[in-house]
Amino acid sequence: MKVLIRGGRLIDPAQGLDGLYDLLLKDGKVADVSPAGKGKSDVATVIDADGLLVIPGIIDIHTHLRDPGYEYKEDIESGTLAAAAGGVTAVACMANTKPVNDNAAITQDILKKAGDTGHVRVYPIGAMTKGLAGKELAEIASMKSAGIVAVSDDGMPVVSSEMMRVGLEYCRPLDLTVISHPEDLGLSAGGSMNEGYLSTIMGLKGIPRAAEDVMVMRDIALAQLTGAKLHIAHISTAGIVSLVREAKRRGIRVTAEAAPHHFSLTEDAVKGYRTDAKMSPPLRESSDIQAIKEGLKDGTIDLIATDHAPHSTIEKDVEFDHAANGIIGLETLLPLTLRLVDEGVLSLTQMVEKLSVNPAAIIGVEGGSLKKGMPADITIIDPEMKFKVDRKKMKSKSKNTPFHGWEMKGKAVYTIVDGKVVYKEDNYD
Amino acid sequence: MAKQKQVLDALGVQRAVTRVAHEILEANMGIGDLALVGIRSGGVIVSQMLAREIKKIEGLDVPLGIVDITLYRDDLSAGTHHPALRSTEIDFSVDDKKLVLVDDVLYTGRTVRAAMDSLIDFGRPKMIKLAVLIDRGHRELPIRADFVGKNIPTSPNDVIKASLEGDIGVDIIIND
Amino acid sequence: MLKRKDILGLSDLKKEELELILDTAESLREVSDRDIKKVPTLRGKTIINLFFEASTRTRTSFEIAGKRMSADVINISASSSSTVKGETLIDTARNLQAMSPDVVVVRHASSGAPHMIAEAIDASVINAGDGCHEHPSQGLLDLLTIRQAKGSIEGCRVAIIGDIEHSRVVRSNIYGLKTMGADLVVAGLPTMMPAGIEKMGVDVAYSIDAAIKGADVIMMLRIQKERLSNPLFPTEREYSIAFGLNSKRLELAKKDVVIMHPGPINRGVEIAPEVADGSHSLILDQVKNGVAVRMALLYLLAGLKQGDN
Repeated sequence: MKVLIRGGRLIDPAQGLDGLYDLLLKDGKVADVSPAGKGKSDVATVIDADGLLVIPGIIDIHTHLRDPGYEYKEDIESGTLAAAAGGVTAVACMANTKPVNDNAAITQDILKKAGDTGHVRVYPIGAMTKGLAGKELAEIASMKSAGIVAVSDDGMPVVSSEMMRVGLEYCRPLDLTVISHPEDLGLSAGGSMNEGYLSTIMGLKGIPRAAEDVMVMRDIALAQLTGAKLHIAHISTAGIVSLVREAKRRGIRVTAEAAPHHFSLTEDAVKGYRTDAKMSPPLRESSDIQAIKEGLKDGTIDLIATDHAPHSTIEKDVEFDHAANGIIGLETLLPLTLRLVDEGVLSLTQMVEKLSVNPAAIIGVEGGSLKKGMPADITIIDPEMKFKVDRKKMKSKSKNTPFHGWEMKGKAVYTIVDGKVVYKEDNYD
Repeated sequence: MAKQKQVLDALGVQRAVTRVAHEILEANMGIGDLALVGIRSGGVIVSQMLAREIKKIEGLDVPLGIVDITLYRDDLSAGTHHPALRSTEIDFSVDDKKLVLVDDVLYTGRTVRAAMDSLIDFGRPKMIKLAVLIDRGHRELPIRADFVGKNIPTSPNDVIKASLEGDIGVDIIIND
Repeated sequence: MLKRKDILGLSDLKKEELELILDTAESLREVSDRDIKKVPTLRGKTIINLFFEASTRTRTSFEIAGKRMSADVINISASSSSTVKGETLIDTARNLQAMSPDVVVVRHASSGAPHMIAEAIDASVINAGDGCHEHPSQGLLDLLTIRQAKGSIEGCRVAIIGDIEHSRVVRSNIYGLKTMGADLVVAGLPTMMPAGIEKMGVDVAYSIDAAIKGADVIMMLRIQKERLSNPLFPTEREYSIAFGLNSKRLELAKKDVVIMHPGPINRGVEIAPEVADGSHSLILDQVKNGVAVRMALLYLLAGLKQGDN
């Protein structure tokens, strides 16, 4: 089975490539990369990529597939289909399922189901503590053998500093990254949006930036103490950007991610009590967005991840303070990131680093490059394609997006995993 | 084409009010238990003019009240324009009074119906009579004025304009 | 005329609209003084009092207002949040709509709940207090009470004292009073002062004495112990010493100062009994005006439907 992707603009930072190339795929691997027009044309399947971007497949290291346990919100089949539709070729899924992915059996179940029904690659993330309770370590080494790529209690912070220290130390020899959801539960208690003038006039309890900042300070100190690999999830404040920048300067092993909503929306999105804009951490203000963009530009923030968090109407069509946190993100990740390229925040090469190269490195999986011999996981993008976000047409089971109705530019038109087209935009031949 | 024509000048209005005041006193045989209630807004001035005449004749003040019928209208949701709600001011007991309800123009009778309902919510008057400056006809309810300043035959398209302050007079605007 | 379906707060009401409501309420006060306290205005209209949070006082006031206008008033106590019942708030709203009410009066512990219900149904919605957001009918009755006492709201110095952060009454009063041209100061403990409050156009003080100096109106707020998840002051005694209004402190205000309180009062905590019952107190006028203001709102929303304009 051979596929030729002909004449697209290939961007592959690992090979230092940015130009027009033909890409030959064979048996799920990249078989050849050659200047455009030189590729063999005797293959069965030819994708004409003229005018399109061809990049190493997007890897989203922060998703909630809700499977097992909350299949009414999302399952591996629907979540990976949403990923494919968004140009994402691999997802790492968080452990806050029911039951929690805190042992090898659950990890194996997830991987089996992903093998049977998944449209893209699925990399489970294991819980750091049993039941995400923050009291005792989960069987991390066994889960690693079963296939986890990182550990995280995401959704819940690790309240005890001692527990966090133990988790980091335990993971260091396993070479597993610990992903921190930084939130001081005391400071955030009862809060449902950014704390400030808007929360005051809406009568909602605010969550101060300090609720995140203090935990990041703690976690950086613990990363320094333990020498383990710490990854800070979903940065929402300017303060964290500075903290991470400073920690990196001091040589601490810390990486960080930003979610598209945190660089695309301010707290104004919650006006009118829009629960589709309620999330943890909350949307903040334009000064935070500016800092996050600077962090992305200067490399402080290593990658962009969705924090794809599907919820059904029973969690969202309710009182704002009772509504669940989170939005779906897989199908809007790419166009929102391309806006950063349009704005000049990121070059296309940097975009590929944030969406593919760095995610692969941080969770230690194959991908992030289209060198000969690499897995044929490829995202082909029409950077000029305009479309309007319509929640009814989204592939995710849940429709909780604040981007409904947005005019977007740039879309994945082919998503290729293991050499096979898993998603193709209608009318693209 | 609309044509405007005066049907009563200031003197005519005054003569009509004087005559009605006499008729009220005659029918009531004096001022005993009598009270006037003007209907907002046009009836208020007429009731005040009548009270002044009655004082001239009898030398006594007659109790004077104001009723706002807005809360009693039968067309609240009908999509017509309503004047802003204002208060009803009746600072005497209506029980056992001989009330004379006063309005400027009597037309369909719906306003008078609403005013009577309102008065009855204030107590049990001995009787209610109706005095109007102009009766233009076209009743939609079985209501008849007891005292009329002037009958003016109109067509439903006509407009009666009663100016009772400043340049006093009653005009009819005839719309063909 | 009021060109809106709902009254969700005073934040977006223009001065003319506030004046219309106050003038209408002023006219309606007389109905409550009659022997027969009933007018037929809203005959055949259905008003649902949908209270997700217990409040005898506000519910009774709306119920009396509706009944004095001859509307059919139905009280529904929804004791728990919709999520607990396994249906959404929107489901609850749509079920109500199916019963064709003309006005739904909503009280909810969650900010924004009346807003969400209003978007989901055709009936008019009146917010009877939502979380820490707004309590427009309370704000309106306070405006009416001040206007009666002072002749005009414009230029009045109003001091609002107490738990500013958790008070929906404060927010509605700030919007209403600012629109009507009053000059405001809010005072309370720093632990009860919400972020960015000064951007609402008010002075902020952290001492009661500073706030009431020169005030024409003092509005004391209830210390809502039940609303505080964790105590923001050590003891009631210490709070009372720092922020309680007593007759000695009252000397700092203008001679003709008036005292208001949205009730129910905590005697001896935020307000001394001699002040609550004293000659400056308008607390019972507020209650009376509450009925008139709610009659006005029901009249303007249910009596005059949208087509009237």
